[in-house]
Amino acid sequence: MMTTDSPTESVIRVEDLTVAYGDYVVLRDVNFEIRRGEVFVILGGSGCGKSTLLKHMIGLRQPVKGRVLIDGMDIVTATGDDLRTILRKIGVMYQQGALFGSMNLLENMQLVLSEFTDLPPEAARQITRMKLKVVGLEGTEYKMPAELSGGMIKRAAIARAMVIDPMILFLDEPSAGLDPITAAQLDELVLKLARILKITFVIVTHELPSIYAVADRVIMLDKESKGVIATGKPEELRDHSDHPLVRQFFNRQAEAAAKDSDA
Amino acid sequence: MADSDTVSLDYQQRQDGGLRLVVKGRLDAGSAGRLWRPVLRKVTKARADVVEVDAADLESCDAAGFALLLEVKARQEAKDRTFQLHGLRDELNELMVLFDPGPPAKGQRLSGALVRMIEHAGEATLNGLHEAHAQISFAGEAFVKFLHLLAHPRRLRWGDMFLVAEKAGADGVGIAALMGFLIGVILAFQSAIAMGKFGADIYVADLVTIVLFRELGPLITAFILASRSSSAFAAELGTMKVNEEIDALTTMGIDPVQFLVFPRLIAGITVLPLLTVFNIVLGLIGCGLVMVAIGFTPQIVIEEIHEAANLTDLFGGLVKTFVFGAAVAAIGCLRGLRTGTGASAVGDSTTRAVVASIIAIVVIDGIFAVVYYFLGI
Repeated sequence: MMTTDSPTESVIRVEDLTVAYGDYVVLRDVNFEIRRGEVFVILGGSGCGKSTLLKHMIGLRQPVKGRVLIDGMDIVTATGDDLRTILRKIGVMYQQGALFGSMNLLENMQLVLSEFTDLPPEAARQITRMKLKVVGLEGTEYKMPAELSGGMIKRAAIARAMVIDPMILFLDEPSAGLDPITAAQLDELVLKLARILKITFVIVTHELPSIYAVADRVIMLDKESKGVIATGKPEELRDHSDHPLVRQFFNRQAEAAAKDSDA
Repeated sequence: MADSDTVSLDYQQRQDGGLRLVVKGRLDAGSAGRLWRPVLRKVTKARADVVEVDAADLESCDAAGFALLLEVKARQEAKDRTFQLHGLRDELNELMVLFDPGPPAKGQRLSGALVRMIEHAGEATLNGLHEAHAQISFAGEAFVKFLHLLAHPRRLRWGDMFLVAEKAGADGVGIAALMGFLIGVILAFQSAIAMGKFGADIYVADLVTIVLFRELGPLITAFILASRSSSAFAAELGTMKVNEEIDALTTMGIDPVQFLVFPRLIAGITVLPLLTVFNIVLGLIGCGLVMVAIGFTPQIVIEEIHEAANLTDLFGGLVKTFVFGAAVAAIGCLRGLRTGTGASAVGDSTTRAVVASIIAIVVIDGIFAVVYYFLGI
């Protein structure tokens, strides 16, 4: 439902989350919360558990212990109708888009609508066209995923993720594999959706330009300490963090960006 | 008046003959879904020059609600009629503008049934011609490169060839032998009933021997190779194609046909005759067991098989297996190399490889039958 809510209200709470693959602990006792309507970025180096954390937040993996509360309901223990209620509130864009290759965009999106609503096919078609228009892909409802470019696939995947009006959108590495211009357009799309549709975004990325462009707050994960080493606005972390890894992350990436622009 | 649990909708007649819809409450996926058909039916039936929606008391609206409003708008505009929306709150109006996709895009096909049928026939013909062209080109390319390979045999990846031969051949001995044994038993039983009526039971051994040597042994074994190995070749090469490994080979200056196809082709050509021999031998053993079971001594059965068997039949059958093996391997590789994109592409290639291989085996067998007839073999 598109209504205005208090921006300070917590919509996701991660409490004492411990995640492991067999005996190998990836994250230990992770705690943070995400406020309604904010663009929240999870960042960190390769192998620190960013995507693993995301998969636990959307209920794809079971943690060793801890809770993930989505709008007050624990996705870790939810089953049946409770789980469907939570899934109705979230949308996920996977790194490669994960559009079904044997279906056109209309069918990809109708599949979700038919699962969660009783809308007639004409209504589903109209909603599909509306959502594709929002992401800048109007007139492509009969296109197959194979006919789309990398940037278009990401946009179509966002359109599919938001087809049932979720309150939270999870994006896994949205800029990965995109050129800087397309990545910037995607950032603008995220900002537009957050502002107009009041959608809460949880984004996994390590692309510094995207982080500065869209993030209200970030958390940084670390492989060694197996948890959150910094939380705050990206500029605050860049300018004021005492943690050497955080400083290194922001400064090394900044150096790399400067070298790129010099070249 | 139409009511849903979250929304109420009132139909009113305007003084100018237009239709006014007064919508109050929350227009969400549930209520919009229930109202969708009644509202559109009412709008279509009214044929009003002006449809006006009074949304002053619309509390909230989700995508399904906007879809309903935009559908009414689109239908009015498609008939060059007027759609008016009044009283919508600013934030909802902003969403309405954001969502409005404009006139619908045309579907892929809007033509009639007859035209679609002709289009399908044309497409199928063109696809068939393209496939034939691809297969002939591939066969020609492979043949020329094979001649080149004969002059430079060290260029073949012999290690890969033996590995493929092990998977396609040695690992398939069990199934080839089992199928041969069962075919021998079934053939012997079936023919014993008919031939027993004429007191010619002893000729069951002759019949089974000749049929296995000339026809069923090579054919059944080729089918086994098609189902086991042609599909495997298509899946392996198809996955490599999807992962751009074939492109990587090409850009590294390595010929995919020589690198990937020839090891499989030579393995297919060499293992099928060997598998066929296993198949035939086990078929004869199965036949022998049936004949012993119906009262013949093992010695008589062996003598009868020995008398019926001749090298012309055996080699006539085995020569075919070289061609079957080449066809099955080549089709599997070709289908793999021509794999498209997407999750289902490898599955499609595998299916096509098996079907095309089986058809090719039967067609080649028919050609051999005609050639052998004229050669008197």
